[in-house]
Amino acid sequence: MHSDIVISQSDSRPMYLQIMEQVKQRVAVGEWAPGDEIPSIRQLAVALRVSVITIKRAYLELEREGVIVTQQGKGSIVAPNPELSPRLYDEEFSEHLEKVARLGELLGLTSEEIARRTKEAAKRLNEGRMKEAGATKEIV
Amino acid sequence: MNELAVQFDGVSKGYTHFSLENIHLELPTGSIMGFIGANGAGKSTTIRILMGLVHQDEGSVRVLGHTMPAEQAQAKLEIGFVSEDMRLYGPATLKWHMEFMRPIYPRWDQKYAEELARRFDLKPEQKIKGLSHGQRVKAALLLALARRPRLLVLDEPTTGLDPVARVEVLGELMAALADEERTILFSSHNTLDVEQISDQITFIDRGRIIDSDNKEAFLDRWRRLRLVLPPDVQVPRLPGVVEVGGSGRLPVLTTDRFEPAMVSVCNELGAAVQAVDTMTLEEIFVANVHSRRERLTA
Repeated sequence: MHSDIVISQSDSRPMYLQIMEQVKQRVAVGEWAPGDEIPSIRQLAVALRVSVITIKRAYLELEREGVIVTQQGKGSIVAPNPELSPRLYDEEFSEHLEKVARLGELLGLTSEEIARRTKEAAKRLNEGRMKEAGATKEIV
Repeated sequence: MNELAVQFDGVSKGYTHFSLENIHLELPTGSIMGFIGANGAGKSTTIRILMGLVHQDEGSVRVLGHTMPAEQAQAKLEIGFVSEDMRLYGPATLKWHMEFMRPIYPRWDQKYAEELARRFDLKPEQKIKGLSHGQRVKAALLLALARRPRLLVLDEPTTGLDPVARVEVLGELMAALADEERTILFSSHNTLDVEQISDQITFIDRGRIIDSDNKEAFLDRWRRLRLVLPPDVQVPRLPGVVEVGGSGRLPVLTTDRFEPAMVSVCNELGAAVQAVDTMTLEEIFVANVHSRRERLTA
C-alpha cells in the first residue's frame, strides 16, 4: 500500500504523535477502511525514513486506543469498529487553552475578555468555511 | 542466530593524550544505532576497534558472532564500512571499483549497484578524482551497500553533504533496513539525522559512553520545566535535574527523568508550572555533555 504520510520537521510534537494523527485522519475520512491491511512497521519506516522504533510506538498507541489491530506475525489492520476518540485532540486542545490563558494574563485581559475573543475566533472560522463553500458552488 | 550484531564489553584503549574507557555497547540485529559525540570524543576510535583496525587493550568485542580482532577476516566479509578518510583510487572510474569488488564479495549485487548509481546520479564511467565530495561519499556508500553486508558501519556518512544528497543517503540506509537481518551503526555529529532514523542512540564524550538508550525512551525522559515561583518559595527538588537555568523567580529546570507527576508535585509546592517543553536530541546532547563535564570538574 502506498503511504503518503508527510512528517513535518518543524512540528514540535514528537514524531510518533504526528504519525498517529495522520493514521487516524486516514481512517476518519475512510481512505483506510475497517479491516484494511495497513503498511507493516518496517514498510512504513522505510517509506517515511523514520526509525522502526518510532513507528512501532505509534502503532502500539493506536492499538491501545482501538484504532488498529495488530496480529502477531500477520501485520496490522484497521480495527473493525475503529475507536476515533479524540483523546489526542482533547489533550492538545487543553494545552492550547492553557497557552491562551497565559498569554491573556500577559496582555492583562480579564477572563471575560479571553472568553469573548475565543468565541469570536470560533465565529470567524465558521464564517470562513461558509464563504469557502459558497465559492466552490459558484465554480461548479 | 545471534540477537546482538555488535557487543562491546568493558573495552578500553589508551593513547598518550586520549583514552577510551570501559565501553559497553549492544546493538540488536535489525536495528540502527546513531553514535553521537563531539569531535575527538572517541567515535572513530570505537569504530576502528569494532572493525579490528585498532586492537583494544582490554575487554571483548563481538561483531556478527565473530571475536574481534582475532576473527576480523571473516567478519569483514559481512561488514560494509564507509569512513571519511577512506580513499577510493583517484585515477580509476567508479565502474573499475565495482569490477574490483565483485569477485571479492560473494554477495555482490551488480543490479543493485547499477540501480544505486542511477538513484545517486553517479556516472560509472567517471573517474573518482573528478567527483565532488558528496559524489565520493555516495560512491563509497554504493560500493558498501552493493555488497549486501549484514552490518553497515558508517563513520560520519552525512558530513559535508548538501541537503538533497543527505536525504538520498538517509533514504538508502532506511531502504537497506527493510531486510530485518541487516544492522546499521553510524556516527554523526548531525543530531537531526540521528534523531530521524535511529532506533538506538549512544552519546560518547571524552572517551566514555555517557548515555545509551532506545530513541523513544531518550526523548521521553528529557524535559524542560518552566516555573514561576512566588517570592517566598524555593526551587522544588525534583529527580534527575541536570541543569537549573532561567532567573530567580522564573527558573527553568532540565531533567533526564521526567514523569508527568512532577507537574502536580511542583504545583503542590507552590511553584506554578508554566510549560513543559520537549527537547530536541541536540538540546539533550548538549545538556548531557555540559552536566557531565561540570560534575567532573566540580
